[in-house]
Amino acid sequence: MNVTINDANTFIYTGGKPWVEGQPTVVMIHGVLNDHSVWILQSRFLAHHGYNVLALDLPGHGKSTGTPPATVQAAAQHVWDLLDTLNIREAALVGHSFGALIALQAASDQPSRCTHLAMVGVAYPMRVSPVLLEASLNDPEKGIKMVNTFSLSTLAPPPSGLGPGTWLYGVGLALMRRVLRSNSQHNVFNIGFHACNDYADGEAAMTAVSAGQTKVLFLLGEHDQMTPPKGLKPLTALAPTAKTVIVGAGHQLMLEAPEEALRALADFLDAR
Amino acid sequence: MSGYSDPGFDTLSLHAGAAPDPTTGARAVPIHLSTSFVFESSDHAASLFNLERAGHVYSRISNPTNAVLEQRVSALEGGVGALSTASGQAALHLAIATLMDAGSHIVASSALYGGSHNLLHYTLSRFGISTTFVPPGDVDAWRAAVQPNTKLFFGETVGNPGLDVLDIPTISQLAHDHGVPLMVDATLTPPWLLKPLDHGADLVMHSATKFLGGHGTVIGGVLVDGGAFDWSASPKFANLSEAYDGFHDMVFSDEATVGAFLLRARREGLRDFGACMSPHSAWLILQGIETLGLRMARHMQNTEAVVAFLAAHPMVERVGHPMLESHSSHALAKQLLPRGAGSVFSFDIKGSRAQGQAFVEALRVFSHLANVGDCRSLVIQPASTTHFRMDAAALKQAGITPGTVRLSIGLEDADDLIDDLKRALRVAEKVQG
Repeated sequence: MNVTINDANTFIYTGGKPWVEGQPTVVMIHGVLNDHSVWILQSRFLAHHGYNVLALDLPGHGKSTGTPPATVQAAAQHVWDLLDTLNIREAALVGHSFGALIALQAASDQPSRCTHLAMVGVAYPMRVSPVLLEASLNDPEKGIKMVNTFSLSTLAPPPSGLGPGTWLYGVGLALMRRVLRSNSQHNVFNIGFHACNDYADGEAAMTAVSAGQTKVLFLLGEHDQMTPPKGLKPLTALAPTAKTVIVGAGHQLMLEAPEEALRALADFLDAR
Repeated sequence: MSGYSDPGFDTLSLHAGAAPDPTTGARAVPIHLSTSFVFESSDHAASLFNLERAGHVYSRISNPTNAVLEQRVSALEGGVGALSTASGQAALHLAIATLMDAGSHIVASSALYGGSHNLLHYTLSRFGISTTFVPPGDVDAWRAAVQPNTKLFFGETVGNPGLDVLDIPTISQLAHDHGVPLMVDATLTPPWLLKPLDHGADLVMHSATKFLGGHGTVIGGVLVDGGAFDWSASPKFANLSEAYDGFHDMVFSDEATVGAFLLRARREGLRDFGACMSPHSAWLILQGIETLGLRMARHMQNTEAVVAFLAAHPMVERVGHPMLESHSSHALAKQLLPRGAGSVFSFDIKGSRAQGQAFVEALRVFSHLANVGDCRSLVIQPASTTHFRMDAAALKQAGITPGTVRLSIGLEDADDLIDDLKRALRVAEKVQG
């Protein structure tokens, strides 16, 4: 599905199902240099288990045009612009890494419209090392290889997004290269990393979310070298009723532990 | 395996895709000889069929042992995933059948394995898929052969049997300029020698029967998707970029940004055409891959010795290996294949066809048979066997004469191979032309 927002096209993968009136909505937000396809299994499952799924490509990423958001706040605004354009009153927000910060900020901006907040593979503050920031700007291929190595934890993942026989190291490299190439005007790698690094409203956002009715899930990878679980303590301390699930995987846990990630999300969203 | 970073070739050869079995603790890859896999519930079954979950359903489509092989070859080639097939020919057919319909066109190198030439020239034309063959080194010919309905460039990394090295960077760029992918048959140059995806190829196929298996025990093929080609960028690939009513109206390129080809090839190709690999075969090929790096080093060491011997022998008219400066691909081979251009090559014996036959029949260590890439050394005369369907003009275009002999250099002691060749050449010399 393609939606025009602010004169630009936003591509949305709906999980292979048309819109069903009356069903709850889940928005799935990818991380830096990724696109909707990192949710390939979970989005398709939710779409066939009672949810309208909006797995978007962020502006300027993949099949979406427009200016890539330079801040978490700008990306969060895009999420609500999208829901407003589609006349959707409330939704569950699921985000991975950079996308998790976007989901958090979006939830805090309009907590009464966010039924669920699932933050996947995330730390806060999400400091990006100077080496990675520099590589993302001046040597993206080097940066992509570093991120890919840090994002995966096993040479023997189970059947994953593209089915049995998927080599996730290859998938990571190919996807990041493709998304980087998809925007000849802007370096979405460097812009995304800076947005993560500069985001400082996490505590305030989590405090606002926790004050409302939004249910919160932290879904983390035990072997995550990009955003280790211990790096989320500033937020978990502010979310006493949140549920935390840690699976035996790295940063790309949706692809590396697809069944565990699906089970956690499906349970949290009560998808049937 | 937490903690690995940028694992090397030999580490991947042993570990990619396989961890100790979580149930039994088995360290080696188990052979899962099971046609089918139990569903947890009706919903689990439906989810697997509908690609909402990743798992195994039926071994024609996927199998845990085969999945290890597929991950491992993908890892070694640098792809996003792979499919194991019944043979190398099945891998070639699967790729073409996934991308094409009646009315599609291929531009292919003329220096191909005879079976591939046959498939493209005769068999596929019955189904409305045509091929224009071009000399692999003639870039202008590749360009001139492109038609509006061209959907694939295809060649062998080193042509059979002349070992013309395909200029993958140049030909892939040309293919991409025309909005089509380049697929290469890398059977003769396993990834220890060359990783075609790194040089611009989009799809890589192997007859795993050869060097990957390495022991002459099993028939199989592997098809690797590099994940770099954007199928949705061109209207040519509606099979991947438009809703397919044969699979729930799935738009494969929307579903999987870098894996559309792989998804359709498995979900349609293996499902409907059914040319799958037996798990036992997958296991045998995995056994071979575990020592691929060690074997290839020895293959190349022996090949250097044999080529040097033949090149200096008075009964030998020509040795067709790119390691020799006299070979037309010498410079390109040094660039793309710094570890060597493989251990399968041909040479021409001075004298008559009868002398050539006498030579082949006099060999004792070399086995006279129709295969390459075995741990044992092999010999064959292409004109009377692998390329026998080609007419004289096609044979000449492929660089084959009646006296051409093809060798596949194995892992024996190099001195024994040279002694065998020396003795057989003496026999051939005594035969009356």
